[in-house]
Amino acid sequence: MIVEIGHFALILAFATALAQTVLPMWGAVSRDPSLMAMARPSALITFGLVLIAYGALTMAYIGSDFSVANVVMNSHSSKPLIYKISGVWSNHEGSMLLWVMILVLFAALVALRSAEMPERLLASVLSVEGAIAAAFLIFIILTSNPFLRLTDLPAEGQGLNPILEDPGLAIHPPLLYLGYVGFSVAFSFAVGALIHGRIDAVWARFVRPWTLLAWIFLTLGIAMGSYWAYYELGWGGWWFWDPVENASLMPWLMGTALLHSTVVMEKRDALKVWTILLSILTFSLSLLGTFLVRSGVITSVHSFASDPARGIFILGILTFFIGGGLVLFAWRGPSLKQGGLFAPVSREGALVVNNLFLATSAVAVLVGTLYPLVLETLNGNKISVGAPYFNLTAVPLFVVLLMLVPFGQSLAWKRGDLLGVGQRLLAAFGLAVLAMIVTLAARQGGPVAAPLGIGLGVWLIAGSITDVFYRSYRRGLSWSSVLNRALGMPRSAWGTALAHAGMGLTVIGISATVWGVETLAVVSPNEALSVGPYRVSLEQAFKRTGQGFREEVARFIVMEGDQAKGSIETSKRIHTGREMPTTEAGIVTYGLGQLYASVNDILPDGKVSIRFYWKPLVTLIWGGALVMAFGGMLSLSDRRARIAVSVKARRTMPAPSEVSA
Amino acid sequence: MKAALRLFFLAWLVVLPAYAVEPDEVLQDATLEARARAISSELRCLVCQNQSIDDSHAPLARDLRVLVRQKLVDGESDEAISGFLVDRYGDFILLKPRFSADTLVLWLAPFAILMFGGFALFQVSRRTLHDKAAPLDQDERRKLTALLDDKDKPTS
Repeated sequence: MIVEIGHFALILAFATALAQTVLPMWGAVSRDPSLMAMARPSALITFGLVLIAYGALTMAYIGSDFSVANVVMNSHSSKPLIYKISGVWSNHEGSMLLWVMILVLFAALVALRSAEMPERLLASVLSVEGAIAAAFLIFIILTSNPFLRLTDLPAEGQGLNPILEDPGLAIHPPLLYLGYVGFSVAFSFAVGALIHGRIDAVWARFVRPWTLLAWIFLTLGIAMGSYWAYYELGWGGWWFWDPVENASLMPWLMGTALLHSTVVMEKRDALKVWTILLSILTFSLSLLGTFLVRSGVITSVHSFASDPARGIFILGILTFFIGGGLVLFAWRGPSLKQGGLFAPVSREGALVVNNLFLATSAVAVLVGTLYPLVLETLNGNKISVGAPYFNLTAVPLFVVLLMLVPFGQSLAWKRGDLLGVGQRLLAAFGLAVLAMIVTLAARQGGPVAAPLGIGLGVWLIAGSITDVFYRSYRRGLSWSSVLNRALGMPRSAWGTALAHAGMGLTVIGISATVWGVETLAVVSPNEALSVGPYRVSLEQAFKRTGQGFREEVARFIVMEGDQAKGSIETSKRIHTGREMPTTEAGIVTYGLGQLYASVNDILPDGKVSIRFYWKPLVTLIWGGALVMAFGGMLSLSDRRARIAVSVKARRTMPAPSEVSA
Repeated sequence: MKAALRLFFLAWLVVLPAYAVEPDEVLQDATLEARARAISSELRCLVCQNQSIDDSHAPLARDLRVLVRQKLVDGESDEAISGFLVDRYGDFILLKPRFSADTLVLWLAPFAILMFGGFALFQVSRRTLHDKAAPLDQDERRKLTALLDDKDKPTS
């Protein structure tokens, strides 16, 4: 019964999403307030209905309702509760439903936080959100229905794939989707503004928090996925330039550009047309990512969405929204008024350069990802585009961009003083060069790229510190008041500084991978190996059973000099049920580095074929991403990001004394 | 989504439980081994999802790794080895596509876009500077004076 309610709610949601699309837009065009007033309630109702549908599916999973095909194929009554819940999005149908639920959640949030928004803009925005939701709802209902019942009822489900039974992976898809789908808000606002014909700094103020929110989630989602690949896939890599990874990186790059251009628009009322275009492109890349992964064009035989009908359906949705958005842009864009002039050397100018590099790198990733597909369609020639291509195209663009970041951060709005900025950054530059020389000297004979990368990372961090310092420091002030001024800086300024410093940490982590040590060997018990600064010796290999699996474990003792530091275990695991073998890597963190063990084989005579890595500073790769996301959150919590508060608070209470920066 | 994809290529891997570069494959000569690793990291494992033979666990990848090492020991150059493999398996095996008519757009696109974008920016910034310098015409001047006068009046 619950399943039928869910199914019915899903179909109803399609109807209300259609109403949400048509009525408010009609109202916005004909300036009919009563039709426009439909926008808010219909968005909330659509969300409520999708929530019911999603809840019903989750209930079916929790209650192990094996009359539902989707549950049978992806769950098992003996699973822990958390994997029953995450099982919902472990498959195509459920994850599409999650996608739509997050989409309508965003629409509902926009509706709830819209008190200060012009009625026509709100009506257009929610109408576009409704159209996207309707398109994906009908896609689910027609091609990917998770509520289908079986006539032959099995007694037990087939179980979740063991590789998906991982807490990290359980939260990875929701994070990623919150990012992807969050950019739909910027898209809807862009289309709304194009229809509305008006766009100004207030528009940017409405859009920026949503873009920032989506960006934070996407950053976390990508970092999470990367760490998961690192510990689960068992060969110690953390980024593979895989099409699926690229699908999430492209919207991130474009979204980062959007985030920066929105700032320019909010502060200076400039770059309007470009910001609108970026909003459309960012969400287009999110849709493209959904298409690439869901249609199976790239992954061909191994994809679970190998049904061509689904691919064509999503391609249709994609064409409609991307094409429609771009056509509308071409038609209405030129009529938007440009504002805010600025000199080429200025904060605005720097952000334009930032946008140029980010957008170009996103295109480079796009070209590399789609090229084999397009070429094969055109002339049948099959080529591969792998990591070496991206390392030669996108990576140099990143490097140049990151070298410029501290300059942009320190330049003034409107008209900057490059010479002055250069002088301010001298200390940061010196620090970066020092870091390079020191690492070069300490690691003689190593590749030169690594010290350069370390220097770049230090440059970014020192550049952020310089920025904070010069915002707070004035000649003659005592150090305590400088500190007070620094603490009183707007949170968005801290957010910028932290996000850029976080990027610096990630760059250092990536650069240090070059110094990683790999040791391959077949060892007998008590035989020792050296791995970087450590020595490991095989304690024993033994068999063990756990909940839902049995495994052969190799346990090693880790020594530093003569001192035992601990132990590390890696195993070959067979998951009962599906009888599926996996390799469980052993990871131990020492300082910022990690010792990584992956067993190849446990031989009958007790010898173990093993692969060890020492990865210095590797945790900085993901730690830096966390710092970036935290910077984003700080910026999001800035009072100025909450437009309604800033307007009301001023009226009702005296603003708390704020130290001006 | 990513999870799903990985799942599938993992499912592929685990059916064939062999492992990337095994100890018995490693060459004694460190220089040759380093070259072998460099070559293999740019060769695609043909039966895997976007993996190099250096990373892959598949038997075919192992065969190719051994083949590459054999040829290195025989004194062949890096180019000769990848040339041999391309003859045998086609361009598909190269993770770094060769520069050819087919890949012209692939290799040039990022730089073309950067150049084009940079040029467009240069043009726009020149125009902006020019706009800025444009003096007010008579009509605008009159309006400005009127506005300024208006503002000076105590009533407003």
